[in-house]
Amino acid sequence: MTPVVELRAARKRFGQVEALKGVDLAIGPGELVALLGPNGAGKTTSISLMLGLRRPTGGEARLFGLDPTDRRARSRCGVMLQESGTTGVLTVREIVNLFRAYYPASLPADRAIALGGLDARANARIGTLSGGERQRLYFALAVCGDPDALFLDEPTVGMDVEGRRAVLESIRALSAAGKTIVLTTHYLEEADQLASRIVVIDRGVVIADATPREIKARIPSKRVTFSAATSVGDATFRGLPVQSLEVRDHRVGLLSSEPELVLKALFERGVAIQDLEVTGADLEEAFLSLTSRP
Amino acid sequence: MTRPAAAPFPQMLLAQTKSELLMRWRVPAFSVTNLALPIVFFTFFGLPVAHVVRGDGVSIGAYLLASFGAYAVGNVMVYGFGIGVANERGMKVDRLMRASPLPPLVFMLAKVVTALVFACLALVLLIGFGIVAGGIHQTPAVWATIIARLLAGSLPFIALGFAIGYWSGPHAAPAVANLIYLPLSFASGLFVPLNQLPGFVRTLAPFLPSYHYAQLAWSALGAGRESLGESLLWLAGYTALFLTLAVRAYRREERAKFA
Repeated sequence: MTPVVELRAARKRFGQVEALKGVDLAIGPGELVALLGPNGAGKTTSISLMLGLRRPTGGEARLFGLDPTDRRARSRCGVMLQESGTTGVLTVREIVNLFRAYYPASLPADRAIALGGLDARANARIGTLSGGERQRLYFALAVCGDPDALFLDEPTVGMDVEGRRAVLESIRALSAAGKTIVLTTHYLEEADQLASRIVVIDRGVVIADATPREIKARIPSKRVTFSAATSVGDATFRGLPVQSLEVRDHRVGLLSSEPELVLKALFERGVAIQDLEVTGADLEEAFLSLTSRP
Repeated sequence: MTRPAAAPFPQMLLAQTKSELLMRWRVPAFSVTNLALPIVFFTFFGLPVAHVVRGDGVSIGAYLLASFGAYAVGNVMVYGFGIGVANERGMKVDRLMRASPLPPLVFMLAKVVTALVFACLALVLLIGFGIVAGGIHQTPAVWATIIARLLAGSLPFIALGFAIGYWSGPHAAPAVANLIYLPLSFASGLFVPLNQLPGFVRTLAPFLPSYHYAQLAWSALGAGRESLGESLLWLAGYTALFLTLAVRAYRREERAKFA
């Protein structure tokens, strides 16, 4: 079967910066894939290549087996982009109706507005919407054409808790209805909640492509710091699921996806632990540990 | 497959044009300056001398209605496209439109149709005002000829608008449009008849696009200074020049944003 989206050895260079360094990725019909990575990892560049907003410097991008700029391919896609705007003087309903006209078989306007959770704001001018509402409007514009594939670049950025829940629910419903969905996020939690497949991109390369469960096991999700009253060295941590270990004087910092296991083992090995802190790991830091591994 | 591969062209053009009309109408900076400004200017410059008859037998009122008609259409085009395009670039509307199935040609075409509708409205209001408030008399056929010629000949100003819109940012565009279009109109004899302007302006005028554009309307009254063919040739030349500038700026932006 033809993949919905395909990148083949895709490279993209902006001046001196190589944003993508040869990405191979195929996404089949009905998949819900999260592109996960820290800021500047190449997520937006990947989406731009998939949609034909940018041309690859090397390699190839295909959309429904066609050139991504082909109108037949575009007519099957709904898109929500970062850093794109629209006029403020139309109302929510007016612009949804405008975008519906771009597609061959659109959803009813009310349905699209409801998917964005904007029922109460349907007749408001776009200029009066809050940042989160505006973001949900872009979501409504992405889905209003009843497209087969949805591309959502950081869909929940700037949304309040309720708006975010409404959009995540809509994404799940659309996925259940068989839509192919590609979204980018830099929240592991969001990718985990939604996607059946997570593609981790860092510094322009795919460093992992697996189920959320497998990814979570590989990415250290917690940062553990403590002071050790006894002297500790690399040997103290031998055999434990620990990444990016740092020991300075008696202060120890490490990343782990299983901090409970690590701490239990350390207690058993007789390490005297003081000032213990366990926090969520910074994703960029976590990726760094993932890529720096041999 | 049961459903068509893409939305039909007329459906998209109609929806896009409808939205463009609404957008323009709801921004008073556009709608009021486009429609009211030519009437205000005509009131100051034209009404007091409306019934003075020129050497060629045409009343100054009718002559200046034709002049301000040319000013009005150019105004709609230069400001509408200049400021409109610059604003949309500033708001990054282009990125979203790029990713949508709407062909860029339909997007542009809707803007042109909208501008023509506004320009036609501006002409009808201006001429109606001249007839009612100034008692200026011409046959309906003459008025219709003026309107048709000015709309059809507005291409160089559409191109000029695009050039300004793609060369300048959203904050600079209004100033740039003013700095180019107002002196251009004045020096072409649109506000004050040419024979009342300083000598160097009279020498310069026959090289300006607005001068040849206004000839389309003046000659419909029998007050033209050159043949229709000559006017059209000049306007074609200026269209080519402005279009070249616009396309160069457009390409520059394409390379930066979408290469």
